[in-house]
Amino acid sequence: MLYSEIKYLVGKEVMLELKQKYVLNGILLYLVSTIFVTYLAFENAITAETWNSLFWIILLFVAVNGISKSFMQENAARHLYYYTIASPQAIVLSKILYNLFLMAILSILAFGFFLLLMGNQVVNIPLFLLTLLLGSFGLSSVLTMVAAIASRASHNFSLMAILSFPIILPLLATLMKVSRAAMSSMDWSGLSGFLIILITINGAVVALAYLLFPYLWRD
Amino acid sequence: MLKRDWWKYLSGILLLYAIIVGFIVDVPDTMIHETMRNLFYHVGMWFGMLSMLITGFIYSLRYLRKFDETEDIIAVEAVNVGLMFGFLGIFTGMIWANFTWGSPWVKDPKLNGAAVGIFIYLAYMILRGSIDDVHKRAKVGAVYNIFAFFLWIVFVMVLPRLAGESIHPGKDSPPVLPMNLDPSMRIVFYPAMAGWILLGVWIMNIRVRIRKLQLRIEN
Repeated sequence: MLYSEIKYLVGKEVMLELKQKYVLNGILLYLVSTIFVTYLAFENAITAETWNSLFWIILLFVAVNGISKSFMQENAARHLYYYTIASPQAIVLSKILYNLFLMAILSILAFGFFLLLMGNQVVNIPLFLLTLLLGSFGLSSVLTMVAAIASRASHNFSLMAILSFPIILPLLATLMKVSRAAMSSMDWSGLSGFLIILITINGAVVALAYLLFPYLWRD
Repeated sequence: MLKRDWWKYLSGILLLYAIIVGFIVDVPDTMIHETMRNLFYHVGMWFGMLSMLITGFIYSLRYLRKFDETEDIIAVEAVNVGLMFGFLGIFTGMIWANFTWGSPWVKDPKLNGAAVGIFIYLAYMILRGSIDDVHKRAKVGAVYNIFAFFLWIVFVMVLPRLAGESIHPGKDSPPVLPMNLDPSMRIVFYPAMAGWILLGVWIMNIRVRIRKLQLRIEN
């Protein structure tokens, strides 16, 4: 039941995105132009450290911008309609899943543009790709939940940033540490702790979203 | 009177004791000399903050179960007092850090954790301020409080131990456990901690009563 609801709702998200292509194109342009601006600003100062920091900061801003629309692009009447036909759990899980796809694509694209403009700093590509996947998952689950919270308040644009930046830090700090390790050697040892933490945070955030979202959904 | 309010008197006595005896008791002569006495006050702020934020978290959970307005008032006032302790903890820490490490702020997971906690709960206050409807404010606030508390605990409790680069005490074995604390300091430290926590509960208690009276006047 939950599974089929999620399947339909993810399909709906994809259709909605394809129907309003300018939103997706806007995010893509935002990604590319931010990377280009930082490339010009940091022209001669790209070390592995700065590469890593810039990459994750840009991805964070792209994620905040891309995901904040999750509960805002459809109007209240539409939400009421979904409320009558789908369970809140299916709604939030489908949004997280859809945003995970979106973030995975955006992070791969960001990686590509970084390679093109700022050169390659990554040694351990499989580890870095795994970090991107876990990062996309984490950003999507935390930010989807924050977007749901922020959408209940007025003046929610800056709210999205102030609510999400401090609570995304445990994830971001761990991600940056693992991806920094992927830039120095092919060695995977010593990282299991960080990878377990990432997976645990992601799992727990999804569980919290599953439990808490119904309270946000019901008015 | 005494039967009901004994803990308030106890808090006053304990803190008076901590302030008087805290300045005359012999502390072990380590590298940081007499500033060691700050342990009785700085660590007390941290315990006060943590106990208040845990209280806020528990009352947010309770609010979501029964939607009783009193529990929301307790949750938000506990967070307010927790924030006050947080600021005081940072100030007392800065005085100490300036002496010990030569600078009021150093880059350290523990210090960052305290600062991030303050950002999270200031954002919580702004979130509440931006919602007009009382029930919606309470519900959305409770959801954010629960969600943020979990991620903050991961940030302050789990990550610093994993990172292993902190210069702040308390990374491996907390220095305030009986076996790590000098006997002469133990007799001040534990009463002081109890006193600070009780003081926090007292302030919270007064604030909750004011809020309830205001609510009654409004209705």
